[in-house]
Amino acid sequence: MINTAREPIIRVRNMVKKFGAFVANDRLSFEIFPGEIFGFLGANGAGKTTAIRILCGLSKPTSGEIKVAGFDAYHQTEQIKHNIGYMSQKFSLYEDLTVYENIRFYGGIYGLTLSEIRSRSAELIDQLGLQDFRNVLIKSLPLGWKQKLAFSVAIFHRPKIVFLDEPTSGVDPITRRQFWSMIYAAAHDGITVFVTTHYMDEAEYCDRVSIMVDGRIAALDTPESLIRSFQVKNINDVFIKLARPAAPNEVNQ
Amino acid sequence: MNRFAGFVRKEFFHIFRDKRTLLILFGLPIAQMLIFGFVISNEVRDVGIAFYDQSHDAVTRKISDKIVSSGYFLPEFNIQSPDEIEKAFRSGKVREVIVFEPEFGKKLERLGTANVQLILDATDANLANLVSNYTTGIIQDFVTKSNQTTQRPIQIVPEVRMLYNENLESAFLFVPGIMALIMVLVSAMMTSISIAREKEMGTMEVLLISPLKPMQIIIGKVVPYAVLSCVNVITILALGYFVFGVPVQGSLALLLAECLLYILLALSLGILISSVANSQLIAMLISAVGLMLPTILLSGFIFPIENMPKILQWICQIMPAKWFIIIIKDIMLKGVGLGYVWKETLVLIGMTGLFLLISLKKFKIRLE
Repeated sequence: MINTAREPIIRVRNMVKKFGAFVANDRLSFEIFPGEIFGFLGANGAGKTTAIRILCGLSKPTSGEIKVAGFDAYHQTEQIKHNIGYMSQKFSLYEDLTVYENIRFYGGIYGLTLSEIRSRSAELIDQLGLQDFRNVLIKSLPLGWKQKLAFSVAIFHRPKIVFLDEPTSGVDPITRRQFWSMIYAAAHDGITVFVTTHYMDEAEYCDRVSIMVDGRIAALDTPESLIRSFQVKNINDVFIKLARPAAPNEVNQ
Repeated sequence: MNRFAGFVRKEFFHIFRDKRTLLILFGLPIAQMLIFGFVISNEVRDVGIAFYDQSHDAVTRKISDKIVSSGYFLPEFNIQSPDEIEKAFRSGKVREVIVFEPEFGKKLERLGTANVQLILDATDANLANLVSNYTTGIIQDFVTKSNQTTQRPIQIVPEVRMLYNENLESAFLFVPGIMALIMVLVSAMMTSISIAREKEMGTMEVLLISPLKPMQIIIGKVVPYAVLSCVNVITILALGYFVFGVPVQGSLALLLAECLLYILLALSLGILISSVANSQLIAMLISAVGLMLPTILLSGFIFPIENMPKILQWICQIMPAKWFIIIIKDIMLKGVGLGYVWKETLVLIGMTGLFLLISLKKFKIRLE
């Protein structure tokens, strides 16, 4: 699925972000290719959120070379924003708006025309099986449905890259599986997926994963190679091996 | 522009789907107007009065009887000397003392004119105004009737003196006061809560990552509240005019322009609060303690600023509502133009600029 011969869609070289004396991101370097599912792991406070904020154009890096979708993260944040989608761990649809109103709102702020919104939303509502719920307020939907809808809304404007910040926290295992099949479908359509997660089994669904410890990338490879080179059974053990010296209490699971 | 319109529409959905928001937006202004209006404008009935009749003749007796029999007044005392006037008021039973000058009837006969003085306890300014109007009305009625029967027209000149509150401060003051309060409530508090809600729900992050510019987000959030504040201003003015007879003496256009300026100021305060507050609760607390209470207590709305300790008076100077109330009072009640209130207007413009500047800066810093 990964086409390393192509140009990377995200290219990060020696990215540094400092807050005063505190170094949140210490010389991060990685490349992500179109259609790839890239897992971005790390304990709480390891610097994941800082890195995502920079890649999304919300925060300026201190130094380093960062290109997202071909645009520079220092001066071309507006163009970056047009080419990415985002879904956070906090739920991001409006509870007091209906399914269609949410789709229409998010489609609208990404500059889609009303006719585009109409045809795509009809398609989307069909796919998700929400025909009877088009005009129902979000707050009356079950969490799993909301989550799937939130993901669909995040890629509604067909971005080149979608950033998912712990998208499945608090969701039951079955919905998580369904959610991941949606991620695969999106990747299959050529959307690059940048995902952070707490669930180590999910890390193994990724094409490649990077593990951050204390602001640095401690490991970056395919899940299989990581498991092989650390001589452990699964990604969870890799994570524990890497993270233990830094923050033994903050390792999740 | 299309994006922006969609944003504003979404904002209106939020407002019109939340019953509590609606209640605050439209119920509260009306309730406050009615409460303040009816508490302040008492009906004139059985108001205690005293007579200081220095003439004791047939005419003064006739007028006194006419006043007493009108049903609005209850005679409590007959006063014999000037120093008893003060005593009568102190007793708390008397709101008005009616003083006939000596030789009242003779003067009226000989000169065709005589003086009557109405002294009022103006601590309740509105009531004092009403009472003096009623009394003057009754005396005028007497004059008109007696002029119909005699060839020599007479004239009685009532001289009104307000005690304890010479300028009738606070009469009708409740309208500008409520306007100041409601606009702080709707524009500052509701906007700050609605922006804080986006942060709390995590939708703000999504908005910031979208191609919408921070400026568009902010303006999109405040436009609906600005519109609703205008609706509130008009509601309050209409209620004041039609229900309580509070006049708008000056230019309505100037009045609305000043209201718009104050709305802008309140909105910038709302943005400022929301840039500090990360949850709806904090936004509400800051607005309530930092804006609502001072607006009620330190703006001269309820408590006269002149009577406060010096330190509080200084604090009052930085309350936007104080300046707004002065402007609105002058335009509504005194009918003055911009030439009279330009200084206060400049103060408001300066404050608005300052708050806008700070809040936009804060908003940008938070993004970093």
